[in-house]
Amino acid sequence: MSQIAFEGTEEQAARLAACISEHRGEKGALMPVLHEAQDIYGYLPPEVQTVIAEGLNVPLAEVYGVATFYSRFTLMPKGKHQISVCLGTACYVKGSDKILEEVEKTLKISCGECTSDREFSIDSCRCVGACGLAPVMIVDGEVYGKLTEKDVKTILNKYAEN
Amino acid sequence: MTCEQLEKIAAEKADLINVRRIVREQAEKLAANTGYRKQVLVCGGTGCTSSHSLKVIEQLETSLKELGIDDVLIVKTGCFGLCALGPIMIVYPEGAFYSQMTPEHAKTVAEKHLVKGGAIVKELLYAQTLHSDGSVIPFAEIPFYKHQMRIALRNCGVIAAENIDEAIAAGDYFALKKALTSMTPDEVIAEVKAAGLRGRGGAGFPTGLKWQFTKDAVGDKKYVCCNADEGDPGAFMDRSVLEGDPHTVLEAMTIAGYAVGACEGYIYVRAEYPIAVERLNIAINQAREYGLLGENILGSGFSFDIHVRLGAGAFVCGEETALMASIEGHRGEPRPRPPFSAQCGVFGKPTVLNNVETWASVSPIILKGSKWFSSIGTEKSKGTKVFALGGKINNVGLVEVPMGTTLGTIIYDIGGGIPNGKKFKAAQTGGPSGGCIPSEYIDIPMDFDNLVSIGSMMGSGGLIVMDEDTCMVDIAKFYLEFTADESCGKCVPCRVGTKRLLEILTRITEGKGEEEDLQKIKDLAQHMKSSSLCALGQSAPNPVLSAMEHFGDEYVAHIRDKKCPAHVCKSLLNYYIQPDKCRGCTLCARNCPAGAIDGVLKSPHEIDVTKCIKCGQCMAHCKFGAIVKR
Amino acid sequence: MSMVNLKINGIPVQAEAGSTILQAAEKANIRIPTLCYLKDVQCVGSCRMCLVEATGARGLVAACVYPVSEGMEVFTNTPKVRKSRKTTVELILSTHKKKCLSCVRSMNCELQKLALEYNADEDRFGTDYAAKPIDDLSESVVRDNSKCVMCTRCVAACEHQTVGVIGPKNRGYAKEIGSPYDMPLAHTSCVNCGQCIVACPVGALYEKSSVADVWGAIVDPAKQVVFFTAPSIKATLGEAFGFPVGSNVEGKMVAAIKQLGNVKCFNMDITADLTIMEEAHELIQRLMTGGTIPMFTSCCPGWVKFAEHYYPELLPNLSTCKSPQEMFSAVLKTYYCQKNGIAPENLYVVSVIPCTAKKFEIRREELGGYTDAAITTRELARMIKEAGVDFANIPEAEYDMPFGEASGAGVIFGATGGVMEAALRTASRLLGGEGHPIEFKEIRGTQGIKEAEYNVGGGKINVAVANGLGNARKVIEQIKSGEKNYAFVEIMACPGGCVNGGGQPYVRDEVRNSVDLKALRASALYKQDENSKYRCSHETPAVNVLYKEFLVKPLGQKAHALLHTTYHQRDKY
Repeated sequence: MSQIAFEGTEEQAARLAACISEHRGEKGALMPVLHEAQDIYGYLPPEVQTVIAEGLNVPLAEVYGVATFYSRFTLMPKGKHQISVCLGTACYVKGSDKILEEVEKTLKISCGECTSDREFSIDSCRCVGACGLAPVMIVDGEVYGKLTEKDVKTILNKYAEN
Repeated sequence: MTCEQLEKIAAEKADLINVRRIVREQAEKLAANTGYRKQVLVCGGTGCTSSHSLKVIEQLETSLKELGIDDVLIVKTGCFGLCALGPIMIVYPEGAFYSQMTPEHAKTVAEKHLVKGGAIVKELLYAQTLHSDGSVIPFAEIPFYKHQMRIALRNCGVIAAENIDEAIAAGDYFALKKALTSMTPDEVIAEVKAAGLRGRGGAGFPTGLKWQFTKDAVGDKKYVCCNADEGDPGAFMDRSVLEGDPHTVLEAMTIAGYAVGACEGYIYVRAEYPIAVERLNIAINQAREYGLLGENILGSGFSFDIHVRLGAGAFVCGEETALMASIEGHRGEPRPRPPFSAQCGVFGKPTVLNNVETWASVSPIILKGSKWFSSIGTEKSKGTKVFALGGKINNVGLVEVPMGTTLGTIIYDIGGGIPNGKKFKAAQTGGPSGGCIPSEYIDIPMDFDNLVSIGSMMGSGGLIVMDEDTCMVDIAKFYLEFTADESCGKCVPCRVGTKRLLEILTRITEGKGEEEDLQKIKDLAQHMKSSSLCALGQSAPNPVLSAMEHFGDEYVAHIRDKKCPAHVCKSLLNYYIQPDKCRGCTLCARNCPAGAIDGVLKSPHEIDVTKCIKCGQCMAHCKFGAIVKR
Repeated sequence: MSMVNLKINGIPVQAEAGSTILQAAEKANIRIPTLCYLKDVQCVGSCRMCLVEATGARGLVAACVYPVSEGMEVFTNTPKVRKSRKTTVELILSTHKKKCLSCVRSMNCELQKLALEYNADEDRFGTDYAAKPIDDLSESVVRDNSKCVMCTRCVAACEHQTVGVIGPKNRGYAKEIGSPYDMPLAHTSCVNCGQCIVACPVGALYEKSSVADVWGAIVDPAKQVVFFTAPSIKATLGEAFGFPVGSNVEGKMVAAIKQLGNVKCFNMDITADLTIMEEAHELIQRLMTGGTIPMFTSCCPGWVKFAEHYYPELLPNLSTCKSPQEMFSAVLKTYYCQKNGIAPENLYVVSVIPCTAKKFEIRREELGGYTDAAITTRELARMIKEAGVDFANIPEAEYDMPFGEASGAGVIFGATGGVMEAALRTASRLLGGEGHPIEFKEIRGTQGIKEAEYNVGGGKINVAVANGLGNARKVIEQIKSGEKNYAFVEIMACPGGCVNGGGQPYVRDEVRNSVDLKALRASALYKQDENSKYRCSHETPAVNVLYKEFLVKPLGQKAHALLHTTYHQRDKY
């Protein structure tokens, strides 16, 4: 599914193994482990889900079922720079859908995708709580508020350069 | 920790907190006792942090150091409520309310106000806290705060959110002390019942009754859970409580644990709330360290501990059985009830589940009594309700008002009205499960039952204001897109119904609607309401139904006249250059990405509607207001 | 058990406290339609077909999960209820690939039946299904997700098996049922038991059909076609032709097969007997020589693959005996061919089995490829219908010789506990001593796990029988933890054994939900056993002739080469 090849380091594998053994036997361990695995790898590739299934003794289909149920879990790698456009109500009524469109157009990928150089990925999110700044988008945790479509290119350029 | 130790901490810090709570003159006297000449409270909630309040704090710290000031305390608090003006900073004992702070502003305030003998920097104050004669109005007296009554949010923006001592000094854990040392579990439940507290998460179920059912249920183990998976887009009161006063939630859950006979609790919180999660974890660790969680709390023999579980982005997990499935590590799919969670909840055990705002209302009830609480609000809705104001309103933010406060008071007095002189059209309450309240109901007292009676619902308290530029078909479509996306897919009416309904609405906004679509919408909506498995599907058609009821003519206009009266639906509008206003500056033509605008310099331009992609660039660039949508 | 009184459509009903409205309605002979509900498999209240009105409840409630209460009044047939059900069916139809005429489930489809009953308009909400590629890489199971109605009965069935290779994924309208990452089933640890197929209400799951190949062989003048039928087929085939569940139609079945063309029809019960000869000797040998015990049966290919994926450490414990199907094909392609002067490549061997895993089994290289085609009971029924045979009225016929008459021990192979019982009958007699029982009733019946202690050859042995892989897993974990000790364990992958196999006829949900399918079908086999001339496998003449003329002796060199096999570990993912 993911066209970008899985590259995991030994250190990541060790962290995942530690996390699994910490939670093994705990009731409802799958969600916390998936959260941590995503923190470690940035996404949940098949290789990682298999390790979790094996480690927690849960069928892979169940791991996959849970991973695909929650929108926060992602099976696709994220870019070096992660862009998230808020589509919450307040932002939406202030035109955040147009902001998202502009970002997609600029990077030539769709929402949920990652550029082939793994530099940028786009997601949409719901209400980050900065309704006073609507419409907002977040790049690498940095919130940009009161946006107009014209701001998009300027902001993205800032990240493309470094 | 013993009760005496708890009281000692409270006594030590009491003045520090009181400075922030009482009127200025007394506060100034009190300040002398605290060892701090001034206290600077900066909002560290998500809203203000997004607009860089942490940089303001950094700058303050640097400036104070440079200026050699060591008797000013900087406090990172939770949300003050007026998020539109963030970052917000309040300086006590004056109660000076600085808004939209930047690091530069912070430097100025440090140099001019915080230094010995300094004075308030009036030009950086929130304008409404200034009289026309230049004298400062205490911020508690400005309209935004004057009409509010803060119970759940009582400590938000008052205490340092990561400091358990301040929380104790502000009163946290004293209700727990009272319950554990002087009340039986039955008395605790009786008090909550008598207070008339109803769940603030959506359905408004009586909280005391819920506890009673769980207490009465047979089980070798019971659980207390907190729903902090605030999913309604536009509502953020639960987050603010967790960020501003996490201990009140821990305290209330412990009280409930004592009341129902549970010794373990789970807080299910959105992973999208990193600050809330962090503060919650800090608070839990602090409470454990103090022995306010864990074994033998306050020497009572009662033990209770709390775990945090992160949600992962599923609105349906606000539904209790789905939330519990998620805690158990499964897909968050609801199951039919009965059995109810009071009998069969988390891991199949009797479970109490309340949302954050409900938990935040518990301790004051135990401390001040049910009579006090039930004297607030309306006949069947007691106490206060927090609303998250959003959309087309000036004072975007968080407000807490007595139940029964009218919509008008909230929008105009507290919310400061609609921006840009636009006309109020409707307010959506209950988010994607609720409905819209049109302007004719502006005087309706907002409580659980009144809202249901006009086809909306309280929900979690999101209140989105819409003005004349909002298209009611488009907004219904927006909510339905949300519920269709968030449907878990388990039952047929919701999984397929939301999709089919959305298709019809999309068709209508594209000008392809047919007269019979209105009936189809009603049929489908009725079916989803009557036959869906859980509240998500049952309430998903509400926004459409209420919009159709109150703004039926807009639907007809879209279908019959192929017009969008609010000029929102792209397919149904055209951009038009008014020849009398156009000066022929060519700016629009140069900015048109489609090359759809023709004209010679200095004479009126024209848009070729066959080429126009309706991007709106021309209108955005026109300096003469010559371009209109019609 | 305390009872509560309620009224359904005005009719007073008494029902056990804690039972559901659906169960109470059944007692009052009031039918409530269901789709996602399936007795013993799933009860989740998700399809919303069984909604009824009930006093004391808010809105409509799902009868399959809603408990009865004293004084409750239930209405199953109000305009509101009917409208809801109709709309639900219409919404499902809007997502369904409505290729009903050519669907494998046409006339036998639960959705089709509901659409008819509720007068649903199949086009009211349009048609919008995800045109998913059909997964037909598995030798056994084909999945067509564009027909899936998301009832999740297959998922529940797979979970009961503790295999869990399919599950729900994504959410909302994008939700679908399948394996992770859309892996073909063939690449997963699917054991091919086919329980998902018999759980499916529509045509989203079906067996990979070999019918066309078999027809091709029948008309090929170069081929001689022989059929043999597994023990349970006679007890279930009738259902496909309207006979009540539990009817033994052996004679009609044989007659019908012979009408398919110029074919011979043999009785696989005989190689069930042959299996027992080998397996009983193997058990004795293991017990006498300190071999690996407990010994597990190996005749169920679903169980064998399960062990290869999940318990590779137990593979030495599996009996090395091939399954009766594979023993039969090996004997046919060697002994029978030699005896009748047929070139093995010209003999086309068709095995009729109740099982989809057997389709995978015939492709196992280590088994020598002796079986040309394995068709399920359902496929046989389809061929018989296609051939225009009047099954109900056809005169009974007998199996062809020399593989006609078997013992009752071979017959009961089709039910859980049957292999164990057959083995015990023979083993106890081989070891000598008097007074051994013929019937071992402790290990009969449909409960998931059965245990017993028997005197065999002067010593006591503990045995266990598990049916359904979930139960198998329980037994294995108890053995591994040292909690239990057995000498011999029988495992059948399907709940109830082969009579309830993944290749058996579809049974209408309302029938399935109201009778004990497994017990009824098994009773037909036990009845035949009771009336059999021979009750023990070693008495079967055909088996004795085989050893005399060809195999020499159980576990001998020739028997070992032809009748025994090996296993190998497989990946879990």
